[in-house]
Amino acid sequence: MNETFLRTEKLSALFNGERVVKNVTITFQKNKVTAIMGPSGCGKTTLIRCINRMHELIPGAATTGKIFLYDDEIGSINPILVRRKIGMVFQKPNPFPTMSIYENVIAGYRLNGFHLSRDEMNATVEESLRKAALWDEVKDVLHRKGTFLSGGQQQRLCIARALAMKPEVILLDEPTSALDPKATSRIEELIVELKDAVSILIVTHNTAQAARVSEYTAFMYLGELVEFGSTKKMFTVPENSKTEEYLMGKFG
Amino acid sequence: MGTKNTKRYKDRHERKEMIFRGILYLSSVGILLLLIGFFVSLPLDAFESIRKFGIGFAFTRIWDPVAGNFGALVFIVGTLVTSCIALVLSIPFSISIALFLGEYFREGIVSTFLKSAVELLAGIPSIIYGFWGIFVLVPIVIDLEMKLMVINDRILPYGVGILTASVVLTVMIIPYSASIAREVITLVPTDLKEAAYSLGATRFEVIRRVVLPAARSGIIAGIVLSLGRALGETMAITMLIGNANRLPDKLLSLANIFVPINTMASVIANEFAEATDSLHRSSLIYVGLLLFLITMVINITGRYIIKKTSVSIDE
Repeated sequence: MNETFLRTEKLSALFNGERVVKNVTITFQKNKVTAIMGPSGCGKTTLIRCINRMHELIPGAATTGKIFLYDDEIGSINPILVRRKIGMVFQKPNPFPTMSIYENVIAGYRLNGFHLSRDEMNATVEESLRKAALWDEVKDVLHRKGTFLSGGQQQRLCIARALAMKPEVILLDEPTSALDPKATSRIEELIVELKDAVSILIVTHNTAQAARVSEYTAFMYLGELVEFGSTKKMFTVPENSKTEEYLMGKFG
Repeated sequence: MGTKNTKRYKDRHERKEMIFRGILYLSSVGILLLLIGFFVSLPLDAFESIRKFGIGFAFTRIWDPVAGNFGALVFIVGTLVTSCIALVLSIPFSISIALFLGEYFREGIVSTFLKSAVELLAGIPSIIYGFWGIFVLVPIVIDLEMKLMVINDRILPYGVGILTASVVLTVMIIPYSASIAREVITLVPTDLKEAAYSLGATRFEVIRRVVLPAARSGIIAGIVLSLGRALGETMAITMLIGNANRLPDKLLSLANIFVPINTMASVIANEFAEATDSLHRSSLIYVGLLLFLITMVINITGRYIIKKTSVSIDE
């Protein structure tokens, strides 16, 4: 049942020589939700940005160590292909303001210059929006600008946009930090529904959120992976005292 | 005692506030008055010519100060043609420069150097461009003309004319459109670009599908502003346009690109000092009035286009 599909091996990430992720070795299970939590500045976002090779886009950034998607070392694959297989959703909803809802969903194909037939496009758009639980709300306004939607809807649109590429995994970088509680719980429900279709890595500084949505949790502190294991275990009997302190709200 | 001090303190501050506000009002009203002044004084000074030639002035191609016959068509055509050629030539350069500085090399020595070079280009006095045109460009254009054997009705090519003037205009307006376009390209939010990268887009695709569409209105604004510059440019053009107050006989011939013509600004600069007769003088002012109107129409159109195409990124 459990299948490791993604793992890092002594992964370190640097900004201008300063190590912000230190020697992280971690494995991720297929079709599970894995939460990466920790106080701000602990390197959790940088860690997932290494996974889809977005980290290297920033001037002065570098990585050491290895990341494997199945048996392929990510560093040896063209970053363009890596990013098609590994989708990402960002902190702030960022639909393309110049595109309609419809165009936003298939933006990945448009951007990459893939030509789909009209039927294929329609099918992809509907399927992705259904998966992102947005179809019923937007099916009549598909050709309006995505920026007219509410924040929570925009974020689900961004999830649909990532899903449309049929990725192996979706990286969610604090996807609810810019949303109100209602929209947040809507997204959390969605994450739980989605894991049958796609593996999910979610970065969050909200421990309650990690407990609600994930099966596995990683706790990072000052760039290091402090503890990693099943969410149930970590939230009941954490092994590391640092984890316990963090969960009890003593810092962070 | 205490209340008195507070009152004095308050009074002083209120007075300061009032004086400051007064200065602000005065300057804005001053600008308005100036604009109204232009609107009133130009038609007044051009009145003699307006009464004699009417609106037909703009469509008459004869300009004969000796016989007292005046029409501005040649100059209008000259101005529009040189400006439009310059605009078309400048667009690829300014967008490339803007992308290079705004997206590819935002920081670093190369970018700082290029940025100041572009800004310097805008600061070069017009007359220096004129010199450069005469000493560098004119011989090249003469060569080109000889090679192409398009020596129209003339024996030797002049080297001055529409092409020469347009090329110099191009160089002169590039800094304006490039710097505005660079600024809006820098303003395109990083999270939009990251969204595109995260979907597997290449840099070129990000620029084409995300950066340029998001920056479109600003880029158009820069181009319109540079058109405004091109229309009014005087000194360098006067030196390079050839100052021929007539239209070529066959209007739709490609050889016309080398033909000397005249622009609205140039004819005013050239003839105003010698315009002793009042009809001549008022006709020149009439030309000035038309130039003013054309520039205004283009500015308003530009603003309309910007409004139409602008996409609010923040929403």
